[in-house]
Amino acid sequence: MHRCPMLPPSADPKTRLPQSVPQSLPEIMAEILADHRGLEGALLPILHAVQAAWGHIPQAVLPLIAHDLNISRAEVHGVVSFYHDFREHPAGRHVIKLCRAEACQAMGSDRVASHAKQVLGIDWHGTTPDGRVTLEPVFCLGLCACAPAALVDGRVVGRVDEARFDALLAEGAL
Amino acid sequence: MKLYLPRDAAAKALGADAVADAILSHAARLGVTVDLVRNGSRGMVWLEPLAEVDTAAGRLAFGPMTPADVPGLFVDLGLHPKALGLTEALPWMAGQTRLTFARVGVIDPLSLADYQAHGGLSGLRRALAMPPAGIVAEVLASGLRGRGGAGFPTGIKWKTVAEATADRKYIVCNADEGDSGTFADRMLMEGDPFTLIEGMIIAGVAVGATKGFVYLRSEYPDAIVVMTEAVALARAAGLLGASVLSIGPAFDIEVRTGAGAYVCGEETSLLNSLEGKRGVVRAKPPLPALQGFLGKPTVVNNVISLATIPAIFEMGAAFYKGFGLGRSLGTVPLQIAGNVARGGLFECAFGLSLTQIIDDIAGGTATGRAVKAVQVGGPLGAYFPRSMFHLPFGYEEYASADGLIGHAGIVVFDDTADMLTQARFAMEFCAIESCGKCTPCRIGAVRGVETLDRIARGDTAAIPLLTDLCQTMKAGSLCALGGFTPYPVMSALTHFPDDFSPLKEAAE
Repeated sequence: MHRCPMLPPSADPKTRLPQSVPQSLPEIMAEILADHRGLEGALLPILHAVQAAWGHIPQAVLPLIAHDLNISRAEVHGVVSFYHDFREHPAGRHVIKLCRAEACQAMGSDRVASHAKQVLGIDWHGTTPDGRVTLEPVFCLGLCACAPAALVDGRVVGRVDEARFDALLAEGAL
Repeated sequence: MKLYLPRDAAAKALGADAVADAILSHAARLGVTVDLVRNGSRGMVWLEPLAEVDTAAGRLAFGPMTPADVPGLFVDLGLHPKALGLTEALPWMAGQTRLTFARVGVIDPLSLADYQAHGGLSGLRRALAMPPAGIVAEVLASGLRGRGGAGFPTGIKWKTVAEATADRKYIVCNADEGDSGTFADRMLMEGDPFTLIEGMIIAGVAVGATKGFVYLRSEYPDAIVVMTEAVALARAAGLLGASVLSIGPAFDIEVRTGAGAYVCGEETSLLNSLEGKRGVVRAKPPLPALQGFLGKPTVVNNVISLATIPAIFEMGAAFYKGFGLGRSLGTVPLQIAGNVARGGLFECAFGLSLTQIIDDIAGGTATGRAVKAVQVGGPLGAYFPRSMFHLPFGYEEYASADGLIGHAGIVVFDDTADMLTQARFAMEFCAIESCGKCTPCRIGAVRGVETLDRIARGDTAAIPLLTDLCQTMKAGSLCALGGFTPYPVMSALTHFPDDFSPLKEAAE
């Protein structure tokens, strides 16, 4: 039996949920699964679509996906837990990913990360108590010649020093 | 008035979108009609956002641009404070041999007409007139080796897949460019995506594959947008579909997004990920060329390898082979990054020394301090001290110095870097990203962090333990993650012993 839990509050502003016509989780899942039918190796594209819809991978979708792809629920869980991108819980309203890799280190990213953690009062993978910002590490954004780099709600930002980080927070972009 | 301003992620990260908005709104205010092309980046990242104005004399460069510099583009160009002169005449551009990146930064990335006006599809047309075995022979003759880092001859891989018998075969483009200091794949996909599509089609025709995948990492949102749109445009134009250009066999491409696992850049874990599984490494044999995606013969090539194929067919294998040294033939897009005054992408023949690359081309460090170490080839590459900067850039030359060129990323550190910290990070990164299959990698990396912490506390007795651990990881791991993490660790220990000495703090 598929449970139909209350929809969690969406963390992603680009949610696919229409505001006027509320759909239940099984209904949205049926759409997502239909969209991906026939794809070779469809699990990752399905999980990306689920995360785009709810901002994380709700536990309730695992049996639905498992049933559709004729694999075990444990296998779906194994894939969800393997990849850094898939969240088991909703993120804050904004997600800041700071690059921790070597090219950014060479330009002081460790210092910027410490500053960010201190300003936000959270550690890596943490969310501020007001639910505004989630801070995550990322290993390379391909912006290694304008380091340190960050990805703010999917938008690339280069040369992020402490001042630039504070400006990003203050800009109202967040 | 025709202007160019990159849509490349590095340009955007430095404010290109705001400059583009300023250009359009200022032109509207003046009542001037502008044709603003959002091109790829020329690779001079320190000058981004780099605007170009098309003039009778050629394209004039201006940068780094801010919105405040925009009105100056609409008056006397010669007086513009950010004027740099003709783009092609800038030393960074004039010093290169751009074969793979010939069109990047030049054309509109999403215009097939512009692509063809700059030589696009001529390689494919030549290939389509050849028998499949002839295509493979041309790639073999070019001397092209895998630009992802392993350096395996591309032609031999194609030959293996071509000679395999199966009902289906696949072309998989590895666009999971996770190495720090590398961005050539990203720049190519954002700046000239049709080149990659053309290269994949030629590969498909050569080996008898009808389906291709681009496995593109999720950390590249801008590249995903451009690549996806380019594939749709190629399909609409009949370049992809039931018959390539209406004269070739069927071939289609699907863009797939990764999910933030570094190890999926390793070809067998990439294949597992593409199949919808955990990105765990597979033992070889069987080779992916014989049993790859869904157990079928599969070509897995890096973006740059595939994107170089059209140039090889356009100019001929003999021309391509004329560049380089030893067994490292052709050109390589060097990615100069980290603490450098002038960072970016510089395509040239193999063979340059790090002295030429860092001191001459990149102009030393951004901070103005002395260069302490250079990591070549990503997080699994060795750290080299200045005494080794004479090494010519080539696969064998670096391997013989206990290093690797990898995907040709070059990350520069100034003298404030602490190499024990860098060695510890290499182990920490391996622990975070290990797929968990091999014990020396999964457990060894965790023990490596602990051992380096002991050394940091002054316990030099732990140094032989670290060396021993590195030996075990090197010999006992299936893939390069566990197998090559010892490179940065051991090179840091070997070349920078002072940073591992208990006297370090006393000396400071």
